[in-house]
Amino acid sequence: MEKTWNNKAWFLVLPVVVLVAFSAVIPLMTVVNYSVQDTFGNNEFFWAGTDWFSEMLQSDRFWDALFRNLIFSFTVLAIQIPLGIFIALNMPKHGIGVPVCLVLMALPLLIPWNVVGTIWQVFGRVDIGFLGHYLRVLGVDYNYTQDPIDAWATVIIMDVWHWTSLVVLLCYAGLVSIPDAYYQAAKIDGASRWSVFRYIQLPKMKRVLLIAVLLRFMDSFMIYTEPFVVTGGGPGNSTTFLSIDLVKMAIGQFDLGPAAAMSIIYFLIILLLSWIFYTVMTSHDAQS
Amino acid sequence: MSTHIKPRWSWIVPTIYIVFLLLPIYWLVNMSFKNNSEILGAFSLWPQNPTVRNYMVIFTDPSWYNGYINSIIYVVMNTAISVTVALPAAYAFSRYRFLGDKHLFFWLLTNRMAPPAVFALPFFQLYSAFGLIDTHIAVAIAHCLFNVPLAVWILEGFMSGVPKEIDETAYIDGYSFPRFFVKIFMPLIASGIGVAAFFCFMFSWVELLIARTLTTTAAKPIAATMTRTVSASGLDWGVLAAAGVLTIIPGALVIYFVRNYIAKGFALGRV
Repeated sequence: MEKTWNNKAWFLVLPVVVLVAFSAVIPLMTVVNYSVQDTFGNNEFFWAGTDWFSEMLQSDRFWDALFRNLIFSFTVLAIQIPLGIFIALNMPKHGIGVPVCLVLMALPLLIPWNVVGTIWQVFGRVDIGFLGHYLRVLGVDYNYTQDPIDAWATVIIMDVWHWTSLVVLLCYAGLVSIPDAYYQAAKIDGASRWSVFRYIQLPKMKRVLLIAVLLRFMDSFMIYTEPFVVTGGGPGNSTTFLSIDLVKMAIGQFDLGPAAAMSIIYFLIILLLSWIFYTVMTSHDAQS
Repeated sequence: MSTHIKPRWSWIVPTIYIVFLLLPIYWLVNMSFKNNSEILGAFSLWPQNPTVRNYMVIFTDPSWYNGYINSIIYVVMNTAISVTVALPAAYAFSRYRFLGDKHLFFWLLTNRMAPPAVFALPFFQLYSAFGLIDTHIAVAIAHCLFNVPLAVWILEGFMSGVPKEIDETAYIDGYSFPRFFVKIFMPLIASGIGVAAFFCFMFSWVELLIARTLTTTAAKPIAATMTRTVSASGLDWGVLAAAGVLTIIPGALVIYFVRNYIAKGFALGRV
């Protein structure tokens, strides 16, 4: 659609700008403030320059958490995106099955995140949990509180359980927008199941898939509550992701300088990745 | 979709997936009807001596049920604020080009990407300075950080689907902008408003880190009540499970009401 140039439109966006500036810019400036200052208490601050940043970038603790977080994000994306597409392709398109599927599948999305953690903490326990109990019965030596691999598996399965539905719903929305005529044409041409997917369904889902990847990457990169409730970042530090580490540093140990420096590095990483995604998405828009 | 494309047994896939989704939830429900000695003592797939004691604890103790009321108050406030301010902004983005529009849109989106962990401490200091700690409005405004950008994004997608000729015709017919917007435009994008409100409700309802940081007692959300009470009194698994089950219900109700919009909304809008 052709848009007209009109700077008065700023009046329409003004409330949003004021509100978000209050919620985002002022707090962010506080963080910047802390990241360049040091204190010995008594509210006396002095200039520390980039000390905290260089300290943070040289600490193994930060890189380990970043590395763990990246592995986590890519693992959940690698599972959720194909699984979500697969489930969406097999969803019913008509009848009573549609609302039933939609309502039941959306259910995990609306459970508070710490309750999601609680559900899986209980579900995985070897003494009282369904999963832990039956894995033991099957002879699997499973204990997420002691074994780092089990802890990782639990956290990843939990995230798949929690968020795959978002990918399913997005893909399903893309699929139902395809007119029936496309499929009839494909049938006349004798197209195989694969080529229907490759040349009709996938292109239609491209846009929603980009959104799904974007949202899933960002949210998994910021994950805090669910693994914190299930594993508390342990055993050891094996499931300590960036946000968990940050909260531990800022609120647990009250190391405001390093925590603020880490916040800014963390935020810059996310900003960079968002910018890449955004550029890809808008250039995709321009093409279509 | 025409049936010939889909294999006959395709219903198995969503069925298995739904069973996978419901099993952990069932386990929580199962636990919520047991007493603690049964939870810890005997492993059983359904309650042997069903009891509603756990629910009674929650419904009779104000520190528990107030948690629900607090959560619902700030979530509703946040949804109302987010959608109200997002509507004109989304209209501006969908209809006009203006100085810095693309940068502004990207800046808004970055706030959706901001990790709550980064904001927890500064938020606490900011809202302390304004004397807003432990009020519902503090949480509602703080959640606008990620909900307003999302609402703008969703609504902009819906509004772009409405032909511009409708606006122009209305102006020629003598409608003022506010009257046109409320009387003609908003009904046209009603499903978009529904979807945006659904997402705002969802993300505000499930968020805990910021909500917990900004509240102490008077506005404490149910999710935070759960963590505190559990650690203080030793683990009361039954009550914990019952409280968890009760947090699922509002979400389930909201999904049920918007069920017909979800798929349609996802397809028309950008999200």
